[in-house]
Amino acid sequence: MFQVRIHGRGGQGVVTAAEMLSIAAFREGRHAQAFPSFGSERTGAPVVAFCRIDTREIRLREPVMQPDALIIQDATLLHQIDVFAGLVPSGYILINTTRTFEALGVGEVTNGLAQERIATVNASGIALEAVGRPLPNAALLGGFAALTGRISLESVAAAIRETFAGRIAEANVTAAERAYACVQTEIRERLHAQAD
Amino acid sequence: MLKQIEGSRAVAEAVALCRPEVICAYPISPQTHIVEALGELVKAGDLQPCEFINVESEFAAMSVAIGASAAGARSYTATASQGLLFMAEALFNASGLGLPIVMTVANRAIGAPINIWNDHTDSMSQRDCGWIQLFAETNQEALDLHIQAFRLAESLSLPVMVCMDGFILTHAVERVDMPTQEQVDAFLPSFEPRQVLDPREPVSIGAMVGPEAFMEVRYLAHVKQMQALELIPAWADEFRRAFGRDAGGLVRGYRLEDAGTVVVALGSVLGTLKDTVDELRERGMKVGVLGISCFRPWPHGAVSAALAHAKRVIVLEKSLAVGIGGIVSMNVRNALGGRPAPVMTVIAGLGGRPITKASLARVIGEAESGLLGGTTFLDLDHGAVDRVLARERDVRRSGPIAENVLRMIGR
Repeated sequence: MFQVRIHGRGGQGVVTAAEMLSIAAFREGRHAQAFPSFGSERTGAPVVAFCRIDTREIRLREPVMQPDALIIQDATLLHQIDVFAGLVPSGYILINTTRTFEALGVGEVTNGLAQERIATVNASGIALEAVGRPLPNAALLGGFAALTGRISLESVAAAIRETFAGRIAEANVTAAERAYACVQTEIRERLHAQAD
Repeated sequence: MLKQIEGSRAVAEAVALCRPEVICAYPISPQTHIVEALGELVKAGDLQPCEFINVESEFAAMSVAIGASAAGARSYTATASQGLLFMAEALFNASGLGLPIVMTVANRAIGAPINIWNDHTDSMSQRDCGWIQLFAETNQEALDLHIQAFRLAESLSLPVMVCMDGFILTHAVERVDMPTQEQVDAFLPSFEPRQVLDPREPVSIGAMVGPEAFMEVRYLAHVKQMQALELIPAWADEFRRAFGRDAGGLVRGYRLEDAGTVVVALGSVLGTLKDTVDELRERGMKVGVLGISCFRPWPHGAVSAALAHAKRVIVLEKSLAVGIGGIVSMNVRNALGGRPAPVMTVIAGLGGRPITKASLARVIGEAESGLLGGTTFLDLDHGAVDRVLARERDVRRSGPIAENVLRMIGR
């Protein structure tokens, strides 16, 4: 089982991101379970959503407490709540930001992880450009596909098209594709830098 | 057809496949998405003939359902929490009159203190109102139970509640297999009411009944509900043959063979329990699970048979009967008769507190070691509770309890 926890703020499409991720996994023939943390939903308040992916039926209903991957939609949460709680040692981290892990003040966490399993991406900026609104969720799923390889970009695009319609869907697919490319490049460059 | 959709949407589509003719709706979390989706289906013309009636309260929702059902229409509504309580008087009327209404209860806690999250206090508070109560373990089972519920309700001319955990199921997006219209039509015959308000053949429904006949009418309500104990397993079998999967029935055992310790529970927590039991069995502990799919009528014989070889029974309850403890436990003890196996109550998940594998494994281990008491509150913050009690001893005007607990939890 692969467990993903998504942190963001009310209004950023956190719950929709988990749902789209589950649809992408479903389209690849796997079982997936997406659910919100059931807080009182208020714009701007911290929101958590979860997605489990497995090759067999998922029966577990507890919140994801040992995530295999974290998607942080809003970097201002990093020092407000313990977003890294329970992350497994082999885990993945994807943060929506224009800054580096060190500049964000989370180098202590990310330095302990495999360098090909962590990435930052300016998902809000990509979404603003592609969609016209800084809603980072679809772009981050593209980045997640590149970072983890757990789902294909094609499945992410299909999930976006199932969730949104027409122009909005296509714009979000574009955002996901751009974020995918950015994350691929970032990891390749970091690994090259390490090799040098 | 396999779909990856929200539980509420799955239930709405399944209800639509049952061809309800009247849907009355009043929104309350976490049920709202179900009637919203049904409203969209009616508005789009995908569900017809069907009248979707927005009402002004839950009391009105049940009253409209009663009127529609008495007029011979297949009637559906959904509610949760205080909404179910607000219907309470009409619930007894629906069952007392023998009207086969189907209602989803998206289980949620009851205030005060106000809380929108899941537990079973709402439907448990109405366990004796004469409705049949079925509990869903997954979204697949929730949608399947609605199809069975209409058939059960109309055969017996009794109302049925399908209970599904609010948020945990209603708001979870997961895989469901949605049957076709043809499959549902083949399983669910058209509604042939036993009684109908028809101007061409006038009757009155709802007579005043005095001491000479009231006992007999109530006795028949009991007899009719007990008939469901025969029909529910029969239709679960027929459902399996028609749809190729298990849903409903009275009780369902999991790894009960050779299980010395059996955990009894209802609803979505059964999934977490099964995963826990699998892990405990790998450690050599002989543990099993008994899921109660039908809570009313109480499947006395099926529970008794399933627990026949248990050395100890843990009843995991998402509700609390203040002043005595567990509600399901009392029913389980009754089913065990005079047998010596201890029945321990574990109250868990009140107001949406997560029930984790780790906590379940701990209490099961305590039960096997003889350390678990008669009634336990899973993951209760004893420190906070003790501080509130201490403050109440020291200060006469100690203030509101909920606010005091919130303050003490942080310390």
